Amino acid sequence: MSETSAGNRISGYLPAFVRRDPAVATSFACILLLLLIGSLYSRNFLSLDYLLQQLKVASFLGIIATGMMLVILLGQIDLSVPWVVTTGAMMACAAASYGPLGVALSVPFGILCGVALGLLNGIGVAYLRIPSMIITLAVNAVAQGLMVVYSGGFSPRDTASVPMRYLATGFLIPGVPNAVIMWAIVGGATIFLLTRTTFGRAIYGIGNRERATYLSGINTRRVVMIAFAISGGLAAFGGVLLGGYASKAAQAMGDAYLLPSIAAVVLGGTSILGGRGTYLGTVAGVILITLLQSILSVMQMPEAGRQVIYGLVIIGMLLLYGRERLSR
Amino acid sequence: MKEWRFWVAEQRGTLLALGIFVLMFAIYLFNHPAIESQGFTTTSVSNVVNTAANKGVLLAFIAMAQTFVVITAGIDLSVGMVFTLTNCLASWLVTGSPTQVAFGIVAVLAVGALCGAVNGAIVIWGRLQPIVATIATGAIYYGIALVLRPKPGGSVDETVADLLTGRVFGVIPASLVTLLAVVLVIWVPFSRSVTGRAAYATGSSEIAAYMSGVPTRRAKFVSYTLSGLLASIGGLYLTFFTYTGEAAYASGSAYTLFSIAAVVLGGVSLFGGTGSVIGAIFGALAFRTIGDLLFVFDFDPLWQPLFQGVVLLLAVSLSAFSLFRVRNRLDWFA
Amino acid sequence: MEGAAPLLQMEGVSKRYGGVRALEKADLTVATGRIHAILGENGAGKSTLIKIVAGVVAPDEGRMTLAGQEVRFASPAAANQAGIVCIFQELSLIPELSVADNIVISGPPKRFGMIDRRAQRRIAEEALARAGAEDVHPLALVRDLPLSRRQMVEIAKALARNPRILILDEATSALTAADVTKIFAVLKRLRTEGLALLYISHRMHEIAELADECTVFRNGRNVATYKAGTKSDTEVVEMMIGREYSHVFPPKPMQMPSDKPPVLEARGLSWTDRLKDISFKVRAGEVVGLGGLDGQGQRELLLAFFGVLRGTSGQILVDGKPVSISSPATARSDKVGMALIPEDRKTEGLMLAMSVRDNLSFAALDRVSRGGIVDRAAEEKLIDEMISLLGIRTAGTDIPVASLSGGNQQKVVIAKWMMRQPRIILLNDPTRGIDVGTKQEIYQLLRKLADGGAAILFYSTDYDELIGCCDRVLVLYDGAIKRELVDAEITERALVASALNIQAGEVGILPAMRA
Repeated sequence: MSETSAGNRISGYLPAFVRRDPAVATSFACILLLLLIGSLYSRNFLSLDYLLQQLKVASFLGIIATGMMLVILLGQIDLSVPWVVTTGAMMACAAASYGPLGVALSVPFGILCGVALGLLNGIGVAYLRIPSMIITLAVNAVAQGLMVVYSGGFSPRDTASVPMRYLATGFLIPGVPNAVIMWAIVGGATIFLLTRTTFGRAIYGIGNRERATYLSGINTRRVVMIAFAISGGLAAFGGVLLGGYASKAAQAMGDAYLLPSIAAVVLGGTSILGGRGTYLGTVAGVILITLLQSILSVMQMPEAGRQVIYGLVIIGMLLLYGRERLSR
Repeated sequence: MKEWRFWVAEQRGTLLALGIFVLMFAIYLFNHPAIESQGFTTTSVSNVVNTAANKGVLLAFIAMAQTFVVITAGIDLSVGMVFTLTNCLASWLVTGSPTQVAFGIVAVLAVGALCGAVNGAIVIWGRLQPIVATIATGAIYYGIALVLRPKPGGSVDETVADLLTGRVFGVIPASLVTLLAVVLVIWVPFSRSVTGRAAYATGSSEIAAYMSGVPTRRAKFVSYTLSGLLASIGGLYLTFFTYTGEAAYASGSAYTLFSIAAVVLGGVSLFGGTGSVIGAIFGALAFRTIGDLLFVFDFDPLWQPLFQGVVLLLAVSLSAFSLFRVRNRLDWFA
Repeated sequence: MEGAAPLLQMEGVSKRYGGVRALEKADLTVATGRIHAILGENGAGKSTLIKIVAGVVAPDEGRMTLAGQEVRFASPAAANQAGIVCIFQELSLIPELSVADNIVISGPPKRFGMIDRRAQRRIAEEALARAGAEDVHPLALVRDLPLSRRQMVEIAKALARNPRILILDEATSALTAADVTKIFAVLKRLRTEGLALLYISHRMHEIAELADECTVFRNGRNVATYKAGTKSDTEVVEMMIGREYSHVFPPKPMQMPSDKPPVLEARGLSWTDRLKDISFKVRAGEVVGLGGLDGQGQRELLLAFFGVLRGTSGQILVDGKPVSISSPATARSDKVGMALIPEDRKTEGLMLAMSVRDNLSFAALDRVSRGGIVDRAAEEKLIDEMISLLGIRTAGTDIPVASLSGGNQQKVVIAKWMMRQPRIILLNDPTRGIDVGTKQEIYQLLRKLADGGAAILFYSTDYDELIGCCDRVLVLYDGAIKRELVDAEITERALVASALNIQAGEVGILPAMRA
């Protein structure tokens, strides 16, 4: 008995995909394939510099997709990402114009604005039981409205603060961009949250069946609300970093992150219906999408061709492993 | 027997949407500067209605397209991109001799229906979740739109365009007439057909529908295809309004998102099985009217997105009032 | 009726799901003008058999002939076409459509290519009348109907298809007594009209009342077919379980600790019109049963204790002190120490796709964590203890709980709450749909927990369980406690009588209820 339970314990520490998640393995295989194809075009493709550059670009999407993943694991979706990202960037830049204290607090302030919008989503979904697809859409519209009023409809003149730029483009560890470190921290914290905490278990439980989770004595509404708040915070954090990267915030800068963040999470094997998925998969999905975009641009593929291939790859990969089970 | 009560119960969402629209439009109309200055004359009202109709009809078509899919408990996030794609296509094809124009219109509609059919095929036989499948096909459709129109341009037969966007008998907006015709030719037969009922049944409970021998796959396939067709009618109309084609990403995704908002305002449940295209039309018109309300009250147009957002937020929160009647907390999770 | 022609014949039909053999070379012959009952434990292969006949699943091997012709159905629609109509255990009505829409769903009457609403309504009214459900309006939406009415609509829907073979799979489970009587009359009439009826039920008395022939299934095979009334209940049960049916229940303690203080007490508990002024006490070490017909407020009572219902009035006392329980989270807290084994393990008890481990520790994570961080070693230890304590048979703790058998799944539900060592245990029909072996283990466990000092409130739809397990039984009728039965008073006769809210002597006039 003790032997088998020890065996169980060891296998319990193995990543889930080794046992029953072919999605993560497939996505990593696809990443290798992409690198191979890319290296045929340019020797640079396998160089450390290039890979680090890709990781840096991936880290913005990675951080945003992390929040999206938490929400998708609940069986919900967050369509407010575009303008929460923009809000994060704009508000952080705005804070920077209020003297040294503003500069110092620019990053937390930007994130806090995202958390506030996320809370609004969370309250709507958890306590008012509004379908997430519609409440997050409404919050997105509100965020957009607030930003349009604030900025007068133009790109704000405020520029990114020093901390923002440092976090996005600086090097704390020589050679490793800080943005990558940020993603690593966010990712590590998320893995810990999902696998080692009661909160993480509750997320998976709710995604599987909220009714059973509630009857197990878990305050499911609070969990859902917090998850949405985290998602909002992470989207805004992604926006803060993007603002630092571009040295300024711009209208609609978050638009390009909604669909890729959903695609990355789903390509990584997380079920869009909730309850199933690993963070490692999301990492794979994010890298996969970033590499795909990068290769297509290296190949000097026009935007039109990029979009088509992008769509075809997502469908192709999902047909490989993302299909629902046949009932009959 | 109070038969009408059963009818009301069935049409509750649609009636509510109609109510919201009538209220919003009345406020809009009474405060419109043209009416305030000229009073209620046929010309002034017709002018205001025509402008409003031309603004609202595009979203109405896209919302109708969305409704077909939502009824089956699916979602079509590519609907705005089909709209954009068919707009670009129409700016190439709907021009030249009358025969060519006629052929062009048919071709545009056929492409729209094909896009919808592809979505349906991937969802039904590929067994992918509609939300991700249509995100991906949306990218593909947008890519094709960019191939067709890397830069805005093209043209459309202006006679047809003006005919379909002008006024019938100088009073009634032709766009509304088209909308009505589409409802009569597509929606009414669909909703009364076996396939249409199967679509509702599938959306309400797919397993129960399958067990009852309902043709669930056919119903879904037809719904997705009709959704594409409706989106392409929207695309055609966009071309008629603008005389050009443009692969505008922002406009495409905005229409996708607005279509969901319009559908919800129109009393169509995102969980499937209830609501109607009629409701969605009123939802779309109401949504557009809300957006224009600030204009009649002379506010800075900068406030429009925020106002629209807040009204949308309040509107969707209204549904939460039914929560107060829930006595068994397990009903939250139904 | 002797020598009725065989209408449907199945020979050597097998079906496997993965490695599990659900049906193994099963044979069945169904004749016209007969009611043929199918008996067997859950997992004996009855459902699979029915699903094959109805075209829901395809058999791996074997042949099926209908009126001499070999048939193979690709879908439920194909089976319907051939005249085979099934009323499934899970309702197959579409909630958002009207009653009439539902009744004609598989083949609505058409006029100019569109659905003819007037003709549809006429068909629906006829079918409802045939099923004895004239009180249901054909235009009402199904989602607005109570469960028992939906069941009647389901039967009307089946009749509207003019079946040659009608299959009823636990079709009476949600019906009121009056409806059951009506339905039995309808079924008997259909028999004289020459239909073949397949009747699946766990209720022995219904079978005795209705069936002409019975076939018993065990482990995927048909073990016996006999004329109804030629075997005693005990014989039938032995055929079903394949061993002697005795000493099922653990012995009750000789005398009840009536001096001990009550752990759980309700004072004037009311909720909407479903619970009416309910007062009683449960002491430590006591197993108190909730009896009565299904749907008389028993479930609501358990949910009210567990903090699920809003707007309850009256008082709940734990250890003699009034408590306010507003959620399952408060109910399970140390102050209250309550556990609820819910009604439906698939949607309320378990997260089916999650692992056995995650399910087992789910309700007790706070016990093995500090500051929200789970101590995996402690968790694993507790899980191992529970698996061996309840004898859960599983290939590991990492496999999805869905891959366990029904009985073992139910044990996981119970184990997940035992981990908290609750002082008050509420059980909502915990043995429904599980095998006899596991049932016995659950009875033993209940008694053991009671002996360990727990107060147990146990709702069961199975009277034998109430008789065998409980020290006291509270019989509910229309949301109120009608009678309290203690020790030797707990007899089948008393339970049935008080469930029907009549005097014991009158039971005989309602044979349809219980033989």
